[in-house]
Amino acid sequence: MGHRARRSRIRGGKHLTMVAVTVIGGYLGAGKTTLVNHLLRHADGVKLAVLVNEFGDLPIDADLIKGQSDNVISISGGCVCCSFGSDLVGALMDLPQMSPEIDHVLIEASGVALPGSIADTVSLLSAYRLDSVAVVADASTVVSRAADRFVGDTVERQLEAADLVILNKVDLVDRADLDALLEFTGQKAPRARTVSVRQGQVPIEVLLSHEPPIRNVPPRAPSHPHLHLDDPYLRLAAHLAPLGSARAFAQALAAPALGLLRAKGFVDNVDGSRDLIQVVGARWTVSPAPDTPGPARLVCIGIRERMSENAINDLIAAHAASNEMLLQGETPP
Amino acid sequence: MTTTVYPAKRILTMNPSRPEATHVAVRDGRILAVGDLAELEGWGAYTLDTRFESKILMPGLVEGHSHTMEGVFWRYVYCGYFDRMDPNGHMWPGVGSIDEVVTRLQDALAAREETGALSGWGLDPIYYGARRCIREDLDRVSTEVPVGVLHASGHIMNVNTAALEAAGLLRPGINHPGIPLGDDGLPTGELKGPEAMTPLGPHVGLDRRLLAGDERGLREFARLCVRKGVTTAADLANLLPDDAVEMMLRVTGDPSFPARIVSLRRFQDLSPAGIVERALELAGRSTDRLRLGIVKVVADGSIQGFSARLQWPGYYNGAPNGLWYVAPEQLQELYDRALEANVQVHTHTNGDEATELVLDSVERAWAKHPRPDHRFTLQHCQLANAAQFRRMRTLGMCVNLFPNHHFYWGDQHYATTVGPERAERMNACRTALDTGVPLAIHSDAPVTPLGPLFTAWCAVNRQTATGRVLGDQERIGVDEALRTITLGAAYTLKLDHEVGSLEVGKRADIAVLEDDPSEIGGERLKDVRVWGTVHGGRVFAAENI
Repeated sequence: MGHRARRSRIRGGKHLTMVAVTVIGGYLGAGKTTLVNHLLRHADGVKLAVLVNEFGDLPIDADLIKGQSDNVISISGGCVCCSFGSDLVGALMDLPQMSPEIDHVLIEASGVALPGSIADTVSLLSAYRLDSVAVVADASTVVSRAADRFVGDTVERQLEAADLVILNKVDLVDRADLDALLEFTGQKAPRARTVSVRQGQVPIEVLLSHEPPIRNVPPRAPSHPHLHLDDPYLRLAAHLAPLGSARAFAQALAAPALGLLRAKGFVDNVDGSRDLIQVVGARWTVSPAPDTPGPARLVCIGIRERMSENAINDLIAAHAASNEMLLQGETPP
Repeated sequence: MTTTVYPAKRILTMNPSRPEATHVAVRDGRILAVGDLAELEGWGAYTLDTRFESKILMPGLVEGHSHTMEGVFWRYVYCGYFDRMDPNGHMWPGVGSIDEVVTRLQDALAAREETGALSGWGLDPIYYGARRCIREDLDRVSTEVPVGVLHASGHIMNVNTAALEAAGLLRPGINHPGIPLGDDGLPTGELKGPEAMTPLGPHVGLDRRLLAGDERGLREFARLCVRKGVTTAADLANLLPDDAVEMMLRVTGDPSFPARIVSLRRFQDLSPAGIVERALELAGRSTDRLRLGIVKVVADGSIQGFSARLQWPGYYNGAPNGLWYVAPEQLQELYDRALEANVQVHTHTNGDEATELVLDSVERAWAKHPRPDHRFTLQHCQLANAAQFRRMRTLGMCVNLFPNHHFYWGDQHYATTVGPERAERMNACRTALDTGVPLAIHSDAPVTPLGPLFTAWCAVNRQTATGRVLGDQERIGVDEALRTITLGAAYTLKLDHEVGSLEVGKRADIAVLEDDPSEIGGERLKDVRVWGTVHGGRVFAAENI
């Protein structure tokens, strides 16, 4: 699943990092557009480019729109939305000239598109890094859609490609049905973590790796779970000692048992080099990140009830270069 | 008010009440009368024009599914396996091996004055045995100039090493189903599917924006129409933004423009409500030679690309089922709104599951908005079974089948894609006619060459490139085929009251032939020579076009 990301390009002495791309898939009506608007509303300084198939169905809430031309909508906060018709690759190739400031691209796939194929396509473009495939599923219809005579296999192939399943509209189903649904998405999307939400309200740091605290806020001591009992998400931030292996650490963070939705870390290796670790569900990448200021650190987010702060702290300790012996065992204690 | 009377060796009218005649009278661009000279003289003074007295006349041929992009492709180097005529009438010989492809590209590179990438089209390596075309082959053309060649199917492209380098794809670690890797871990230069091809397109001169068509391409396409006896051609489809419409109005309005173009608006980048509104708007801008207002929607992909949606048991080689290009809910809404507003919709389906979805959806739409004579048309519809043809008839639908596929890819369909039984049933023209479904047949140019007489030959003979007759029971007769490439196609475009037969009141659109297609025999139908056309009373000789 994981791999070493391609070295970012260097042009004119300046480090050009690859722009992260999230593919948002899911069947027609699942709530992809609602999710995109939620992310735009809470982007908090992250400059998003939203690529949609077409403008036919009002992709952006009217109050977010600053202006519109033929196939570009400019959005408050420096974000843009472009329609790509049948030429996604062309739109991605044109984007850097059109909007050089963009931090993160969201591709909103059409309702019958296969997000896995779109992810394959993104991987061909050297200016971009595939961050994750998020598939939105309508909790009230996904099971019947997956059994539909015409589109059932399409719905299953969409889920199969997911790193994150955004199980939307959970307010429309009973608690008991929700458990069955989680089991269903677990089977159909074996690599994915599932987040249950209503109206697409996913914390943005689940989908975007650019959350501001990583650069600007000094690392905190581990947070205290009892302070946020009403919040279903648990967020952790920690300093890191130099690691024995960044790749092994990233891979361990992606293990299903740990229950993380996303982790991002700037880690130091014993040889003094610095890497960036990105983990989304079971997908992980490690890429060189020289010249990043600040101490080595990790931030992560997961579902509170499926995630253990102790397990993560133990993992961090076990992967410290000075503690490598701990890794000889099956799993960290 | 001048009247011109053309005597001919024979006139095949497609009008059952007067199927043959010796003279046709033309006035004001329309047919005044068809009959013998004595009958025509009753209309008063006339000029006798004898230039067709040794020719065979039939209604101008109607191509019901092509792309004016064919006119653009001839700017690139033709690398196809079969001989093919360009808009200048030059017959490009087919290239028989990968070595010959390389030679042709080398010659083109040496002969040209331009710099930049070298582009080719029409490649079909399936005829060259198991060996794939690889970048080292095209490196023999140039190691510096990027070279790219599009396959005949339009779904695959081969490029050289310089092109891969220019696109940043000559690197290890590529993991994409459309990009095969060689033993060295680097791409072989074969790019399958639009996702893999598009990043390369601009680097090898095959930019999608250019391929969408331009003024020069439209003019070249029309010249090719004259050479093939075509007077009306459907362009399936175009996004038809206002500037493209302006250009097409201007070009087709040129007094010397020799064809009638029916350009369909593709269902893309507008909602179902928006596309119906746009179609009505476009219909209002139609002229005699540019007809607008029909919508085209694509339901699934292609059979040879394994992206068509098949019913059980799926692909013969076990490939996973294909792709939907529209959600069933969107298709339903489009049909509902279009039927309500009386906007005609043509739907691309290839697989029988896609056809089934269309039939289900049209049935529901029709129950909501009963609309007689809607003529919703299934395009390609290659795998439809007999039960589906019966439903088409009940629902008032037309079908435009694709017999050329039997010749070019029939052997692959038999061996790999759908297997023997369904390969023999594909493009079931006989079943369509026997069931009473209005039938057209088409070339999908540039996918296969423009030429309704060749398409008719394919429907009559159902021969593959290796000579196998694929589905003898689905062959149709020469007379039926000739009616299908004239009135049949005109009916699917709602133009049968204007063109498609030679009879009083219709447009003076005539195919002028050197040979008699009703006598040459079904096996030689494709060899009928075309002298040119008459379009709206204007005479266009192929040799001067």
